[in-house]
Amino acid sequence: MTRWPRLSAPGTLPDPARPGSLAGGSIRLSDWRVPLSIVALCALPWLLPSKALAVNVLVYGLFALGYNLLFGYTGLLSFGHAALFGAGAYLTGISIGQFGVPWFAALTLATAGAGVLAFAMGVLSIRTRGIYFSMVTLALAQLVYYTALQASSWTGGENGLRGFTVSTINLFGARINFLDPVNKYYVILAFAACALWFVSRVLNSCFGATIEAIRENEARARACGYDVGRIKLLSFVLSGLVAGLAGALSALHLTIVPLDILHYQTSGLVVMMTLLGGAGSFFGPFIGALAFLLMEDVFSLWTSHWQLVVGAIFILFVLFLPQGIWGTLIALRKRP
Amino acid sequence: MSEAPFLEVEDVWRRFGGFVALEGITARFSRSRVTAIIGPNGAGKSTFFNVLSGALVPSQGRIRFKSADVTGLPQHRFLHLGIARSHQITNIFPQLTVHENVRVGAQALHARYDLWTHRQRRPLLADKADAALAAVGLQDRRRRTAKLLSHGEQRALEVAIALVAEPELLLLDEPTAGMGPDETKQMVHLIERLAIDRSILLVEHKMKMVLGLSDRILVLHHGKLIADGSPQQVQADAEVRRVYLGGCDVRA
Repeated sequence: MTRWPRLSAPGTLPDPARPGSLAGGSIRLSDWRVPLSIVALCALPWLLPSKALAVNVLVYGLFALGYNLLFGYTGLLSFGHAALFGAGAYLTGISIGQFGVPWFAALTLATAGAGVLAFAMGVLSIRTRGIYFSMVTLALAQLVYYTALQASSWTGGENGLRGFTVSTINLFGARINFLDPVNKYYVILAFAACALWFVSRVLNSCFGATIEAIRENEARARACGYDVGRIKLLSFVLSGLVAGLAGALSALHLTIVPLDILHYQTSGLVVMMTLLGGAGSFFGPFIGALAFLLMEDVFSLWTSHWQLVVGAIFILFVLFLPQGIWGTLIALRKRP
Repeated sequence: MSEAPFLEVEDVWRRFGGFVALEGITARFSRSRVTAIIGPNGAGKSTFFNVLSGALVPSQGRIRFKSADVTGLPQHRFLHLGIARSHQITNIFPQLTVHENVRVGAQALHARYDLWTHRQRRPLLADKADAALAAVGLQDRRRRTAKLLSHGEQRALEVAIALVAEPELLLLDEPTAGMGPDETKQMVHLIERLAIDRSILLVEHKMKMVLGLSDRILVLHHGKLIADGSPQQVQADAEVRRVYLGGCDVRA
């Protein structure tokens, strides 16, 4: 039996007649999805009207990337990811502002903290299924929201958390002005790139195949000998780590953590972005974040009711392009 | 024989609210080729199977597999103990390729929590999947999306998914359900081949098919075991005849 060449597309087999090497003449786009995504994101700030918008796309794209791992690939519709994103942001702000932790350590701490919160939320929610799972995650996230509202000495309550501005960062001896939007974008991109690589690696792994199998047919996966609950929990934690990292980066970017970050609208936002871009597609979350934020940018100039327009577009997508923008493009390309 | 039985079912009951689906089933199974469980619709065959594969926990009674008490263990553990099953209603991963369906089955034993190794970098799993597909005659369909297979092929695929786990006991729940005569014949041949080196327990509705295939037949009726013996004994049994009268000719 021959050794299979590297392959990324889930559930597909390499064609023995066409080895996936460059010499064989067939380049699988999916083999190059991480470098291609990074190149696209490198170009992004020069294509958008403002650098701040580009940073937002990056942060929310990363958030949606983590969300997609749970929703798009494992098939669990969480309505509580605001708590994980918010936890990352608050933990970053608190560790820098109140404890003087260096920014990188704060980022690490915040990501780990979001992972711990994800574990707790997962343990409590994963035994439920379908709408009940969504409702339990929503309720738990609301619990986090009201905790942050009450603990105002830590979180600033309704006023949000301020006073942790990181103006320069030290990177291998080089001092980088973090207030410059271009610098900020590329520093955040470095983290996003690591996350993209990590998520791609997980999706290609045996575990990636397992979560897809659970999404496809949970009962069969259980009969196959998979401990479905534990695998879902692991997926929830991984998703929470990425969402937490995104939240931490958003705190560094905004230099403030608004209480709204924990609001259930944030949970809804990430669902919309993921669906717009294409749930279960690798780069879809970034496309979704880009589409959503661009729409917000453009339509809010025309009308204060921009959400109405975005909502209508979202409904059209769900009805007629359920695979989202990127998912549809990928499907078109795969068609012979 | 002083040897401990391979599978032992002791006074197993299963109730659904007020409905009693299994009423004190007791049976011992040694390693054998093919044992069939038959009975009219609603006899409790599928419930019995679900209990044996861990999908349902018995309301009362014990199940022992190779002398270990497995009653109430989580369902996913059963596969690791050596019991794999197929389902009455085809139960596969429809969007995955045929090969991936079986590879995922193999992966459950060897790489459940491997977050890092590329799924195609474990050639052992791919080879096992190929071997299981070859065993059920689906080697030419490996690159197809599973939902595009014919009904008979999907049934065979499900057997392959169970087979790749290398079970000592293979449970087949109505493997020929919904099949035409040709497909049924192929499935019977497949079961005969598989039975050479593993024990098979199968639930069937079609009496005719079971008679030539099994070494032993258990007959369930209204949740009770009414007969247990060789095909000849069961055919001759007066109560079995009475239960099947009109529905299906016992003498085939």
